[in-house]
Amino acid sequence: MLTNISSVLRACAQRNGAAAVVSARTYADFATQATFEIKKCDVHKLDEAPATQVVMTRDEGLQYYRTMQTMRRMELKADQLYKQKIIRGFCHLYDGQEACAVGIEASINLTDHLITAYRAHGYTFTRGGTVKEIMAELTGRRSGIAKGKGGSMHMYAKNFYGGNGIVGAQVPLGAGVALACRYKGTDELCVCLYGDGAANQGQIFETYNMAALWKLPVIFICENNRYGMGTSVERAAASTDYFKRGEFIPGLRVDGMDILCVREATRFAADHCRSGKGPILMELQTYRYHGHSMSDPGVSYRTRDEIQEVRSKSDPISLLKDRLLSNNMASVEELKEIDVEVRKEIEDAAQLATTDPEPPLEELCNHIFYNNPPIEVRGTNPWAKLKSLS
Amino acid sequence: MATSLRCFLRSGKQAVLVVARRGIHRSPPAALQVTVRDALNQALDEELERDERVFLLGEEVAQYDGAYKISRGLWKKYGDKRIIDTPISEMGFAGIAVGAAMAGLRPICEFMTFNFSMQAIDQVINSAAKTYYMSAGLQAVPIVFRGPNGASAGVAAQHSQCFAAWYGHCPGLKVVSPWNSEDAKGLLKSAIRDDNPVVFLENELLYGVPFEMSEESQSKDFTVPIGKAKIERPGTHITLVSHSRYVGHCLDAAAVLAKEGIDCEVINLRTIRPLDVECIESSVMKTNHLVTVEGGWPQFGVGAEICARIMEGSAFNYLDSPVTRVTGVDIPMPYAKILEEHSLPQVKDIIFSVKKTLNV
Repeated sequence: MLTNISSVLRACAQRNGAAAVVSARTYADFATQATFEIKKCDVHKLDEAPATQVVMTRDEGLQYYRTMQTMRRMELKADQLYKQKIIRGFCHLYDGQEACAVGIEASINLTDHLITAYRAHGYTFTRGGTVKEIMAELTGRRSGIAKGKGGSMHMYAKNFYGGNGIVGAQVPLGAGVALACRYKGTDELCVCLYGDGAANQGQIFETYNMAALWKLPVIFICENNRYGMGTSVERAAASTDYFKRGEFIPGLRVDGMDILCVREATRFAADHCRSGKGPILMELQTYRYHGHSMSDPGVSYRTRDEIQEVRSKSDPISLLKDRLLSNNMASVEELKEIDVEVRKEIEDAAQLATTDPEPPLEELCNHIFYNNPPIEVRGTNPWAKLKSLS
Repeated sequence: MATSLRCFLRSGKQAVLVVARRGIHRSPPAALQVTVRDALNQALDEELERDERVFLLGEEVAQYDGAYKISRGLWKKYGDKRIIDTPISEMGFAGIAVGAAMAGLRPICEFMTFNFSMQAIDQVINSAAKTYYMSAGLQAVPIVFRGPNGASAGVAAQHSQCFAAWYGHCPGLKVVSPWNSEDAKGLLKSAIRDDNPVVFLENELLYGVPFEMSEESQSKDFTVPIGKAKIERPGTHITLVSHSRYVGHCLDAAAVLAKEGIDCEVINLRTIRPLDVECIESSVMKTNHLVTVEGGWPQFGVGAEICARIMEGSAFNYLDSPVTRVTGVDIPMPYAKILEEHSLPQVKDIIFSVKKTLNV
């Protein structure tokens, strides 16, 4: 059977004019899985730590690769569209941090809950939003995931509570979602993300206290990308051990550039929550290539050398690619093919996002109230009486 | 040689005298085009220099030169002690600023936008605004809270709210909303010199706009008094009252209406609290018609207050028609461009409202 597949592939390759070398490999040649040694996490108030020897299957690896590559290309396309002024307002890009979103999602279920701040395009994708919906939202069109009314920072999906513009405000919200999970008696948990800048918000400490007191099933995750807008962690925090800032909440410090580290740590944290032990805190050490937002060049407070160094030594997609190739889990061509498919998907989505019409004016006043009879809304002058439907 | 030197000196002196007579007189500094950003920057610089108790704190104000570059160059000039970068802790640093003011300093507390001031609003109202009253005059709070207010472009619901009405509601606060560069510079200087808490509402879309600044306004002693509105364009048929960015819209509408024979008087409020009702009343007693224009929501807004005050005062009897309020649409700010445009007053909305009010 495998020989037949192999000859079919060979035939396809020849028809498409591909290099002869393609035809030499078949699925039988690849390892179906491999074991990897990953970095040990620093722990706080924990007797155990996430495993350092982990298994990744070929299928998992390819899926992680595709997802991260899709997120990467989507963000780069958003950069392009922003510079063409097709995306406007705020646009906070996630490239460099892909391993966090994908690693987290790998260890939770879509029935679990997740909330993050404004650097949210990647999470919208991992939580089930399509590239088309996300890009159309960025360009403010009617097929956007929030019908064009939310924009970059306000995208929502099932069990994904945005996309939040006010720094730190999403943290109590996340604990509230966890409270609802516990209240309803499910074994669902909430992953609640914030950045190193937000870590100095008072409302986060209030939330830590209540989450611990009430043993809420929440995984607090600090994505530490070293800079809060233009302020480095050393200039903003008296203690940069973000995984310890929960004090009485156990914590983990994780290499956020290694998807397997993130996945394993999330698995560990999820077990902790689901066993009723209450909240846990993870600090993911990660990096953003772009500036804080599209209006920040990102080089006034850090050097280009630093950015380049992270890109060359710690890029999450490259790390995964190296692992797949050096463990014979995939071929260069196979990954290239994924790249091509991803590029096409992004191009198609961008095409749609630029040609789709803007929302109709009738939408302007809708969605003020839920489950409400229609109301009249005052326009810009007293004679403008606009209609609002639920 | 000596002879020629003498000649030279003689002619030189002669030349100087001639020149002096002809007048290499110093021409007065001409009016300059200055952006609102630069005007604010100048005000900050001048006041920091004038009084060493003045200092600036906020997110990205120092090493980043300010999120919107308003404080550009100030950290380089004044250093860590006077220009302080804070963590993202609004409630905390606003409280710290108020405490410093109570202890005798004169802080300028920047909110990156006034949307984030909601996190700290307890400190602004309960700690700053009310304290002088609660202490029966023992404890003053000379602080300025400043930052951009209101809608920008495409920043969606959580970043587009106008706080003029919220802060304007509270006794103990002064609330200022400049429009052009002279307003910005003169009012900021007044705010910093004022011994009371002042909420200084800037506008992001105006930061890059150049306005002419008179020679007088280029002086380091130039201030604009808080609490006094300015008639930007005198007129006879109808009064338009506005603040911040919409003053510009009113002037644009007035220019269009002038071609149709409608002569608008445009008032720039400059200050929200205390409101210069007298200026509005005098104008209404002349024109008999009033339209208010603001970017904020209608309910309990600046226009609503103006309507109430006009009704309560002597100008009411001079009105030939009810006051018209032109406001933002009563919805959270949508992101999509076409929706955002229709959420805020356009010049055509002002023109339409003027004509309806005049019944033409």
